[in-house]
Parts: sequence; structure tokens; C-alpha cells
Amino acid sequence: MSKESLGGSAAGATRLSVFKTYKLYVGGKFPRSESGRVYEVTDPKGKWLANAPQSSRKDARDAVVAARKAFGGWSGATAYNRGQVLYRVAEMLEGRREQFVREVADAEGLSKSKAAAVVDATVDRWVWYAGWTDKIAQVVGGANPVAGPFFNLSTPEPTGVVTVVAPQESSFLGLVSVVAPVIAAGNTAVVIASEKAPLPALSLGEVLATSDVPGGVVNVLSGNTREIALPLAAHQDVNGIDLAGADAELAKELEIAAADNLKRVLRPQAVDTDADFTVSPGTHRLTAFLETKTVWHPTGSLGASGAAY
Amino acid sequence: MPTTTPPPGKAALTGTPLADVTASAATLRRFLHGLPGVDAVGLEARAASLGTRSIKTTAKAYAIDLAISMIDLTTLEGADTAGKVRALGAKAVHPDPTDRTTPRTAAVCVYPDMVATAKEAVAGSDVKVASVATAFPAGRAALGVKLADVRDAVAAGADEIDMVIDRGAFLAGDYMKVYEEIVAVKEASAQARLKVIFETGELSTYDNIRRASWIGMLAGADFIKTSTGKVGVNATPANTLLMLEAVRDFRAQTGVQVGVKPAGGIRTTKDAVKFLVLVNETAGADWLDNHWFRFGASSLLNDLLMQRQKLATGRYSGPDYVTVD
Repeated sequence: MSKESLGGSAAGATRLSVFKTYKLYVGGKFPRSESGRVYEVTDPKGKWLANAPQSSRKDARDAVVAARKAFGGWSGATAYNRGQVLYRVAEMLEGRREQFVREVADAEGLSKSKAAAVVDATVDRWVWYAGWTDKIAQVVGGANPVAGPFFNLSTPEPTGVVTVVAPQESSFLGLVSVVAPVIAAGNTAVVIASEKAPLPALSLGEVLATSDVPGGVVNVLSGNTREIALPLAAHQDVNGIDLAGADAELAKELEIAAADNLKRVLRPQAVDTDADFTVSPGTHRLTAFLETKTVWHPTGSLGASGAAY
Repeated sequence: MPTTTPPPGKAALTGTPLADVTASAATLRRFLHGLPGVDAVGLEARAASLGTRSIKTTAKAYAIDLAISMIDLTTLEGADTAGKVRALGAKAVHPDPTDRTTPRTAAVCVYPDMVATAKEAVAGSDVKVASVATAFPAGRAALGVKLADVRDAVAAGADEIDMVIDRGAFLAGDYMKVYEEIVAVKEASAQARLKVIFETGELSTYDNIRRASWIGMLAGADFIKTSTGKVGVNATPANTLLMLEAVRDFRAQTGVQVGVKPAGGIRTTKDAVKFLVLVNETAGADWLDNHWFRFGASSLLNDLLMQRQKLATGRYSGPDYVTVD
């Protein structure tokens, strides 16, 4: 056998490309779309990058089942533990920095250095939200003064399964800026990736799979945003929907569909533009999918002689 | 659908080619071992290929309603309370209280001491009460005890009796003992329809499942049932297909129709529809009725109801919209 015919990149021999098959991330696994469809993903100049799965409404339904199944464990984990797990995601993102820089540069038509800045900001964003898991309860919850022999406490609790329509332009920083707060608050998420730039989102699935996040906590779907979002907005077992990546017309349709089971809806806001994801986000996305539970605890019987203790 | 119960045992088979099969232990053994061997690979491939049929729209709506009407809504736990049985009865009568067009289930299935409670809970509807008996699920008790168990359930008002066969005797090759026990239970259950559970997961081979099916049918079973739901392997498409072939062949030879009940492990609408395809393609449309085919299940009903809601409203439903049992 001659040296040239051996595997590896012998000098002068052209190496065949190893293309990546991008797949969905649902329930901790990497399935193809149930429909078997894919669509071509290109960079802004029209150069082919990869084929991404084109999800159907059945993929959406399966993702909701996975998210519901994961909800008990994830919302029941201690806030401290969730913070640790999310920090671990940031570590894994950092380890795959080169890959994400390349994908973001391709997806958004940025230079290498600009893409690197976006990826760094994204990792920092993830760390920032990881830190919030065990602090948000102190900020938005608390003890309420009441006129009676009771302790009255308000605590924030996660809403449940939340559908996230990820921003269409900011394929990575925007994505993380809307997904991280949802799961930091203890919800589980079904994420619809940017339609024309889904590759960073699908790669994020690979990161989540290797970083202690239980399967089903985040589920990533790619494909036609409208086709996936409509059944999810109408789904009776989805508790909330973030419309960050929906245009005005689609957002209106989704709000109507979501009204049927009184879903919590986060409307697209002015800050959800490409540029604004770089500024510090504040806590409004954390609190958007939290419900306040208020409990009354008797402090003991008040006898004729006053307090019992 | 004919509703007459065939008389038990040999009498039904007088004048058929099978009349003298049960004359002695030796003839029974010779007959059972003379049944053609099961092609396991072929059987599983056939069951799998029938499971790939795509059932949509109106056919799906029909299948869902049919499947609901075929359910033996079951609770067989040590922790069963009268309250739980009453709740189950209410659910059997009105599976989806928000949609009164939903068909009723065929029966509720409980332990013998809960029969009276169940009977009260479904009073006034056509929902039947089935009771497991004969020292369910193991069946390890003396014949007298098993028969007393059956009579008890019948006296309490059970419309159907689900008995378990003596797997120990069957596996030891004592087919006559298994046969005679079923005949005795059939007699004790009087007017109640008798379902014979083979616990296919404990019979080891497909050949054994085929033999057990024939023993059950020869002894006068009204239904043959796969399993108790209490062991690792319960109803599978393959073992149900095999039993459907047996009831088809039995009717061809004797003119007596016997029902089939897969039980345990059927949890989704998709699974249930696969079983209905098996029934239609193997035994035929005559069995597509809750007098001849049942599902032993509990959580299956919720999934069927969610799918039914989806067809009615166009929106995917969720577990918040069905009962927690």
C-alpha cells in the first residue's frame, strides 16, 4: 500500500469534506424531523452551508411531551443546583468557542473578529443568567406585612412549559438571551430556532446534551417558524409563549391562538432587535415566566392574653 | 352481533373435528403438539408491518371511538379503595364529561371484593363489571379456593370473570389439568362471560402461546387474554396476532367465535390503533366490536381522550384536561 492511499491528510492529497448532519434536539436525543424533511440553510450571500431539519407539528408535539416530562425534575431542583448546571453550559460553550465563532460568522455574515465578540457576549450572557437562579426569588418574592396573626410569603414559581420563538436575526446571542432566562427561572422550553440561521441553535443542543442539563429541559426545533409556532401556540399543554422572533403579523395570529387556554404571552418588544441584545437585559425576561405563589402561615393561636409565644 | 354464550367444554364441540381431542390427557397432548409450529420471525415481521399502516382523519376518529368502547377500564392495585373504584366507574360511564358524545368503555375491571362497589358505580349504564378471580395474578391456590373466588365474584354481580391459568401445570406439560381447571371455572362462573388469561410473558415460546390458546378455546373460554399486566412482558402485537389467528382458525373449524383481550402495556392511541389493524386484518371485521375484542388498560383511555379532543378542536390537548387516576 502506498503512502498516499492511507487515511489522513498526506501532503498533496485532497481530503474529502466531512459534512455535519444537523439534527433536532428533543428530549435529550438528536432525532431527524418526523416528517423526514430538510431545507437548505445558506449564509446571507446565498452560499449553501448545510441542510437543517424542517420540523413538522408532530415534532412540536413530541417536544412538548418531552418538555412536560422534564418539568417536574427541573422545576423541583434547587435554584442553586440549576445555577450550577447552567454555569456548566457556559463552560461547555467556551470549550466550543471556535465552532460557534465559525457558525455565527457564516450565519450572520460577520467577520471572524465580530463573530468572536458575539460569541463572547453570549457566553457572558449565559453566565449572567446562571447567577440569577438563586437570587430572583429574593428580588421578586418576599414577606408581606398583613394585619393578622400570620406570616404571609410570596414566592415566584416557574410557569411550566414555555415555547420560545427565537429572534430571527441574532441567531446566537439573541437565542441565548431568550432561552437562558426561561430555563433559569425553572421552566422547560421548546425553542423554535431562527428560520434562516438555525445552525448555531442546533449546535447549542449538542452543548446542552453534554452539560448536565436533563434531557427535555430545552428542546430545539428548526424549520418554518409559522408552521411550528401555530400548533404550539394553540397547544393546551404549553403554558407560555415568548414571541421574540415573530413578526407583527405572525405575533398577532399566535396571540389569538394562545388565548384559548390563557397562555402567558410575552409580546415582541422594541429591545428585541439585533443591536439591543448586546446591552444588559435586566430581569424582565426572568420574571415574564414566573407565577407568584402567596401562602399564609398561622403564627399560632392568639389567646385572650395575647400571643401564644 | 350474536350474544349467546356457547355451552362449556366438550358439548360445544360435539360433531366438530375437535370433538374427541379432549377425551384424555394423551389425545389432548397429541393434538396440541400437532399444531403447526410458529414461525417467530415471520410472526414478528407480520405484526410489525401491520403496525406501519397510517390511519388518519375519519378513519382515525372511528378507531379512537371504537377503541374507547373496547376498553376494560382496570384498577388492580393492593391500594384500591372504594372511592377509587367509584371514580373509575364514573369515568367509564362518562369518559369525557366535557363531551357527552364520547362512547362509554366496555367494562370496569376490579378485584372480586370491589365488584359490588363497581356495580353500584356503573348502575343504569351498559358498562359491565369484570372481576379478576382464581387467585389473580399468580393463580397459585387450590382449585377449591379458586372456584370459591369465582363464585364470590359472580354472586356480587360480576358480568365477566377474568381467570388466570395454572402456568406451572402448563409449563410442566400437564395440559389436562389446565384444561379441566378452565372447564370447572367456566361452570362456576355460570352466566358471566369467562376471559382466560395465559400470562404470555411467562409461557416462554410462541408455540406455547398457540397451545395455551387452543386449550382455553377447547375448554369453553369466551375470551382469551394475553396477560395480567403484572409481569415484565405483557401484550405485544406479535402475541396478540398469534391469538387472533387462533380464534380465527377455531371459528373456521367449529363455528364458535371467541373474543381476544390484549392487556397491559398498551398506553397510547397509536398502539391501540395498531392492535385494531391487527384485528381487522387477521380475525376480520366480525371481531371489531366490544363483544369480541377488548383492551385491558387504564392510562390508554386518557391518551385516547386527548387525541379525541385534538380531532374535535384542532388543538393538541394535555394531561391537564383529563382526570388523574
